[in-house]
Amino acid sequence: MAKTIEEINEKVRKGRAVVFTAEEIIEYAAEKGVKKAAQEVDVVTTGTFGPMCSSGAYFNVGHTKPRIKLGGGKTYLNDVPVFTGFAAVDFFLGATAMPEDDPRNKIFPGKFAYGGAYIIEELVAGKDVRLTATAYGTDCYPRKSLETYISLKDMNEAVLFNMRNAYQNYNVGINLSDKVIYTYMGVLQPKMGNANYCSAGQLSPLLNDPFYKTVGVGTRIFLGGGIGYVVGNGTQHNPAVKRTEGGVPKTSAGTLAVTGDLKMMSPKWLRGTSFTGYGVTLTVGIGIPIPILDEEILRYTMVGDEEIWAQVVDYSEAYPQCIPGSLGEVNYKQLKSGKITFQGKEVPTSGLSSYLKAREIAEILKEWIETGKFFLTQPVEPIPSVDSGIVFKPLKERPIKKK
Amino acid sequence: MQKKRVVLNYPSHLVDQPVISRLVKDFDLMVNISRARITPREEGRLVLELTGKRVGMEAGFKYLSEIGVEVQPLAQDVKWHEDRCTHCTACISICPTKALDVQRTNMEVSFKRDKCIACELCIPVCPYQAMEILF
Repeated sequence: MAKTIEEINEKVRKGRAVVFTAEEIIEYAAEKGVKKAAQEVDVVTTGTFGPMCSSGAYFNVGHTKPRIKLGGGKTYLNDVPVFTGFAAVDFFLGATAMPEDDPRNKIFPGKFAYGGAYIIEELVAGKDVRLTATAYGTDCYPRKSLETYISLKDMNEAVLFNMRNAYQNYNVGINLSDKVIYTYMGVLQPKMGNANYCSAGQLSPLLNDPFYKTVGVGTRIFLGGGIGYVVGNGTQHNPAVKRTEGGVPKTSAGTLAVTGDLKMMSPKWLRGTSFTGYGVTLTVGIGIPIPILDEEILRYTMVGDEEIWAQVVDYSEAYPQCIPGSLGEVNYKQLKSGKITFQGKEVPTSGLSSYLKAREIAEILKEWIETGKFFLTQPVEPIPSVDSGIVFKPLKERPIKKK
Repeated sequence: MQKKRVVLNYPSHLVDQPVISRLVKDFDLMVNISRARITPREEGRLVLELTGKRVGMEAGFKYLSEIGVEVQPLAQDVKWHEDRCTHCTACISICPTKALDVQRTNMEVSFKRDKCIACELCIPVCPYQAMEILF
């Protein structure tokens, strides 16, 4: 018998909702049987805590006296440039933005110890940051420079806005060359010295709802320790990829754009992150509740690490040169065991996404729902799925003619 | 038999003396040197593992202290900032001694000081700056 979101929320209100994490549900539903479990269980919670570069935040810092128009000028938070192409005192800070001329990045391979993501973490932790700006001055906004400390509580709005998060599956990075390479998949040792993966696997939100049957525009989620919402599909959303019989994408596929009030979030779940020789990024905690509306939806949440496959990609040549194809595929059970056997060689594996923290997020969200603090939402619009006709295009360059 | 991982700090006047050689010959100690460097001020710093009988070990440390070599346990120089660690496991495949290890059942990372040889391989691979080695 199918359930509705309203029925589930009624149980949440009464403190009677039956909630499992995406890890717990696997064994429970296998024991109970899909039919019975689908009747009993109301919600399955997911979680992920990994580096997500296309993250950032926008702020309104309030007007100065006399007024200044930051828009069109240059503005910095702790020497990290922000994007000011808006009205007077709105700006956007990107997670990967870096201080200009950071000496720590000048010695090979570069530490990339500080940048936008760290400022987001510091602000959320309640710390003061330095806001410095220069502007061109107008009749209505005469002021030309500004130097002040500012914290999150001083601002009118502070909003996390991530245009691509929660990737549905990802590559496994290896290095076939004979020198160490520094990538966003971590430090990769020569001649397949290690293999790095980046997904929470069986706990990951979109791997538990592979065809986006419940998550959609407006879905309420756990975001950075607070409450957030799904804006829609994220950039590079690519649902029409090869999938297993169970519907699980075998390569990176769907993505989500998410947003939420930064003032409600916690530095525990928004962490500045540095990849040596690559750059700065933000590690974001996301948890998505999946309402168990019917048996089909329950079946998707029962996905286990051994059923989720990822493609092994060489980051010394194939990835940078955009050479398509995979060297082979491995599943997350193998990856989480600490080693994979690949092309006859035993290769040690490491994760970049924390499974321990993913589980903690799924448990927090479970607790929120069980205690009536968090209600589920009906999406306003679905997210484009496999039948959408979406094609993930490379940039087709058209050389600009010189006159 | 005893085994100890220590950091030796040499004052500049001892840098050209065969101290380790004395430890081997006079006190019957087995030495495994992990790291050695001389600072610009000509002070020496050595990370090593000593193995030997208790008597030899005690006499060896007495000798070192008499000639002015400062001995400290290696653990003091290595810090795992647990609050910064996210348990992502990026360090696990790189740590040669399994000082950084993961409990596979729950994927929790731990750091065992006594296994650490201060090789610093974990420093560039940790995206969260959770490891700190003062050497």
